[in-house]
Amino acid sequence: MITKRIIPCLDVKDGRVVKGVNFLGLSDVSSPVGLAKYYSDNGADELVFYDITASSEGRALFTDILCEVARTIFIPLTVGGGINTVNDFDRVLKCGADKVSVNSGAIRNPNLIYEAAKLYGNQCVVISADVKRVDGVFRVFAKGGRENTGMEAIEWIKRCVDNGAGEVVLNSIDTDGVKQGFDIEMLDAVCNAVNVPVIASGGAGCIDDFVKLFLTLPKVDAGLAASIFHFNEVSIKDLKNKLAENGIPVRI
Amino acid sequence: MVAIVDYGVGNLFSLKSSFEMIGAQTIVTGDKEKIMSADRIILPGVGAFGDAAQKLNKTGLDRVIIEEAKKGKPIMGICLGMQLLLEKSYEYGEHKGLGLIKGEIRPIADVIPKDLKIPHIGWNALVFKGKKSDIFKYIKEGDFVYFVHSYYAAARDKNIIAATEYGAELTAAVQDKNVYGCQFHPEKSGNVGLNILRAFCETEV
Repeated sequence: MITKRIIPCLDVKDGRVVKGVNFLGLSDVSSPVGLAKYYSDNGADELVFYDITASSEGRALFTDILCEVARTIFIPLTVGGGINTVNDFDRVLKCGADKVSVNSGAIRNPNLIYEAAKLYGNQCVVISADVKRVDGVFRVFAKGGRENTGMEAIEWIKRCVDNGAGEVVLNSIDTDGVKQGFDIEMLDAVCNAVNVPVIASGGAGCIDDFVKLFLTLPKVDAGLAASIFHFNEVSIKDLKNKLAENGIPVRI
Repeated sequence: MVAIVDYGVGNLFSLKSSFEMIGAQTIVTGDKEKIMSADRIILPGVGAFGDAAQKLNKTGLDRVIIEEAKKGKPIMGICLGMQLLLEKSYEYGEHKGLGLIKGEIRPIADVIPKDLKIPHIGWNALVFKGKKSDIFKYIKEGDFVYFVHSYYAAARDKNIIAATEYGAELTAAVQDKNVYGCQFHPEKSGNVGLNILRAFCETEV
């Protein structure tokens, strides 16, 4: 039985994890390697690294950090942020990334997903979509959720999957940061539209939000969150135990 | 010395790093002499079977691997590298494999219920088959490993050393004497995966 995945997301800027964390026994809370190892040792099924650096020096530093992480931990790594060309795929894959997540890059260059999937396989290409309701319609937003592209989200995600995206990260802007639970309605719409793994993002505030997610939408494959893990509001071990108690298959 | 065969397919960084982590010396190489002089061989691979088989054939590495296997050298194929060990594959046509393990590679879609997603991606549990293989000596049944695949090995029961449940029982690992194959990625399966690689490094030559 395939297990549901729990995925912490780490934002990295200038080689450091943004939003410092205070874990027991972790001396450098903003070290990407230290934090990645902590999560890996404590039950994370996969890690997502987002490069939120703007400068090219920062980008080179990010790549170095990624190599260091991949030398130290041995679970799947997904990398996103600043992925605009096939060369960007190449740059992070060479450092040990397993999957590459595209967002604005795919909006700007509609061929990016197709080209990357052809070169590296569908399993390597993740479409990450920031979606928000505008007048009752799901719309795709670009530039970290700041710009409404006007595109209808479900159609956009379907097109990305048809072009070769092997996985979807759906980040609901409406529920993100609110900590009142995942966006069940939006996730349901996406799950019904595609037949590749769907990763829920945005809105997790407590363990029960994950239980509700997987019980309500058995088609969702994974739950992604950042701050609740970073601030130790939810420990992955407790979370997985609770999921198992509710009959949801997890790797413990 | 473990030779990780480099024939232009896939990313070998994590594989090399995982052997370094367990203290094994590795060389990533496409050089026949170096592969022949290594104690053990890893055949990696991601992507499509036909393309990979063609690359192995063009470089002549297919013959080297077959000869070394026949001499008794421990060889492990990983993911597509495992699939290449079998006789043939039906991925986009029909392609010939190395034939070191009897059987063929078929689409998962043929055997699993329609509502399950393809590829089979994620962590799934190992079910041991037959006598426990020496590469599993440091792990236990039910341990989780990481899979990403759309095709599976239809091999003889006596060569299947582990399976996994995904709507049907899919082959997770195969073995014929000194030739081993893992459908999952040991280099992405945490400590369980590292322990499989460690045991492989200790198999008798």
